[in-house]
Amino acid sequence: MAMEIGRDEVRRLLAEGAQLIEVLPAEEFAEEHLPGAVNIPLKELDRERTRELDRSRAVIVYCHDYQ
Amino acid sequence: MSPRAASRLEALGFDQVYDYAAGKADWGAAGLTLEGRPGPRAGELARADTPTCLLGERLQAVRSGVGTSGWDTCLVVDPDRVVLGRLGRRALAREDDVTVEAAMTAGPRTFRPDVRLGALVGWMRGRSLTSAVVTTSDGRLVGVVRLDEAEARLAAGP
Repeated sequence: MAMEIGRDEVRRLLAEGAQLIEVLPAEEFAEEHLPGAVNIPLKELDRERTRELDRSRAVIVYCHDYQ
Repeated sequence: MSPRAASRLEALGFDQVYDYAAGKADWGAAGLTLEGRPGPRAGELARADTPTCLLGERLQAVRSGVGTSGWDTCLVVDPDRVVLGRLGRRALAREDDVTVEAAMTAGPRTFRPDVRLGALVGWMRGRSLTSAVVTTSDGRLVGVVRLDEAEARLAAGP
């Protein structure tokens, strides 16, 4: 099970090269997102879409809040 | 939603997956920069024609008024239109004729008019709600944002 992390840990991991993925629908991503994030909506999160990710680096996922 | 995404990534073979569950609401609340294009705000979609009632009114009288309005909810306000509670579908369907105060759900979650519409839609979807209450910072009713209308507005673009 993935580790839940807080804001400070997000910043530390990003500084180390982690990838940041927003899983909300595209229109919500377009409106606002964390700097450097890419958008892969949860419904599209499959083997094909994740080819754009680097498996050797950490991946951080987020949405709006505790949904 | 992000826990499901994290689980999905692990199932796809990723072994360094982290879940920032507090998400962009937490990031923005901390005053950190968010990128994107300015989008519509909750106040733009808040409908002021939402039915309202007062604490001392009788449920049957309120129900008959709401029934012809096209809404399935009624907000309970004080004489200054400060939101005190909400009568939802279940409360409005009660057969007994109690006071509004006895039937309402007190203290509904409210949002300010400057909240981004996309964030509000995310909040409603996450809780399977079809509407959200918008008030001023001193609690006075501005209106109600309906999920279907908010989604249509976002789909229409800036």
